[in-house]
Amino acid sequence: MLGPEEWTVLALSLRVALVATLLSLPLGIAVAYLLARHRFAGKAIVNGVVHLPLVLPPVVTGYLLLLAFGPRGPLGQGLEALFGAGIAFRWTGAALAAGVMAFPLMVRAIRLSIEAVDPKLEQAAATLGASRVWVFLTVTLPLILPGVLAGAVLAFAKALGEFGATITFVSNIPGETQTLPLAIYSFLQIPGGEGAALRLVVIAVVVSMGALVMSEWLAARAARRVAGR
Amino acid sequence: MSLSVSLTHRRGDFALDAAFEGQGGVTALFGRSGAGKTTVVDAVAGLIRPDRAHIRVGDTVLTDTDAGRLLPPHRRRVGYVFQEARLFPHLTVKGNLLYGARFAAPGAARPLAEVVEMLGIGPLLDRRIGGLSGGEAQRVAIGRALLAAPRLLLLDEPLAALDAARKSEILPYLDRLRAAAAIPILYVSHDVSEIARIATDIVVLDAGRVIRAGPVADVLSDPAIVAATGVRGAGAMVTGRVTAQHDDGLTELAAAGGALFLPRVAAPIGAALRVRIAAQDVMIARRAPTDISALNILPARVLSVTEGAGPGALVQVQAGDATILARITQRSARALALAPGDAVHAVVKSVSVASGDIAPVPG
Repeated sequence: MLGPEEWTVLALSLRVALVATLLSLPLGIAVAYLLARHRFAGKAIVNGVVHLPLVLPPVVTGYLLLLAFGPRGPLGQGLEALFGAGIAFRWTGAALAAGVMAFPLMVRAIRLSIEAVDPKLEQAAATLGASRVWVFLTVTLPLILPGVLAGAVLAFAKALGEFGATITFVSNIPGETQTLPLAIYSFLQIPGGEGAALRLVVIAVVVSMGALVMSEWLAARAARRVAGR
Repeated sequence: MSLSVSLTHRRGDFALDAAFEGQGGVTALFGRSGAGKTTVVDAVAGLIRPDRAHIRVGDTVLTDTDAGRLLPPHRRRVGYVFQEARLFPHLTVKGNLLYGARFAAPGAARPLAEVVEMLGIGPLLDRRIGGLSGGEAQRVAIGRALLAAPRLLLLDEPLAALDAARKSEILPYLDRLRAAAAIPILYVSHDVSEIARIATDIVVLDAGRVIRAGPVADVLSDPAIVAATGVRGAGAMVTGRVTAQHDDGLTELAAAGGALFLPRVAAPIGAALRVRIAAQDVMIARRAPTDISALNILPARVLSVTEGAGPGALVQVQAGDATILARITQRSARALALAPGDAVHAVVKSVSVASGDIAPVPG
């Protein structure tokens, strides 16, 4: 049904989205916890920066990434010096763009699930001898796990569909940075490409829909879990 | 092991300035809601940072703000049973019970089986938390705190969230806890009958200050604490021994310098019981009344007569070794011309003593 070219696109897309989700997850949990449970100077700014990719035109986010991580960008040169290779115009760059764009959705979902956990339970754990790290690992994390998974699924779906920032930052290189949406766009630019585009569109719809359903189901589980049933 | 608390804390309009000692056993922290009880307990547990405090259990200083010492909650080993059980919803009952054991020193925690047996929660072990009744959840919370090998147990109104039936279900377990815990217990309550039942000492807190502290029997029979108990809560506590179980359903106690007949108490002959007698259930007679339905007519001597702001007066009388409070009208007090030293009779209806007001003597 799918040609080798389309398989390449699908495999690359899944890899980009998976890496983007998994690598941003720990940071997402940390930022969500910070925003949900702590008051500190500059909280509004952190909150703003996290949500910026949600409101900025994606092309702006992509351009900012290019400025920072591009061959002449400060971070790009740093990576070049460290690993001998940058990430601009490579699939790792696509993963970064996808991760940044999906980050706000992930943080929001996790933050909501943290806020649903009664801090009194964490207090109770402390009186039973658990240090802050243990409280987080044995009480907070298990209770928010479904929420974390829901956030990850949502971020994965978003990463899979990322277009604007990706094409701006890492361009549209088949086999390297041409993810699903970029491939659909490319097929639509060439005569006779509608058939291939349509097949990819169906895949995109199925994967996104599946992710949404799974996310909802995990969120419902989180609510049940916090209620102790 | 003793407990020593000295604490000042100010938040907004509320100022707490309290100091007291507990000599092991159960120290009750009593007061109306808003008196500052929970603030004291939270400071002992390290959940709040008091303005100024010195808190010590045995030889261990938990808080000494002057010396800059403020042990974090998880290093205090203070078992805290909260008003709402606060069980972990993602764990089973057993998981909750064993939560604190992993943080306790090896061998310090008592065996799970012993605590489960004491609290009667064996059948619940594999249950989820959501399906527990309020009384069951509270028993599990007590077990969870005990199994963390605490050096002190804090119970913050553990019965307040329960209905009357659940309360009477859990009270016997508290009696057993007091007997088996072997560590000091700080028991917060605004219910005099609970305190009369369980506590050895009582600290009366009113608007952030300690207005009276001492052994329960002494403090509860003091008319001066009525401001904190309210007139309906006023009542003395007497102790006595079971001398007979009558076959008409009455239990006879040797108490208050005479015989006290109570509705059947399941206790063997010779068992020591404490009984709370509410002030409003006691009548005062100049001469021993005859042809009266009340069974308990105790010869007594008036210690004091305290007139309240309303129509009532509190008469404190000595009956044998017990001090009893009677709440009568000021009109009656004047009609009888009651004065300290007068010989009178305190009349108590047997059926006015509720079974929840009778408990084994702590010891």
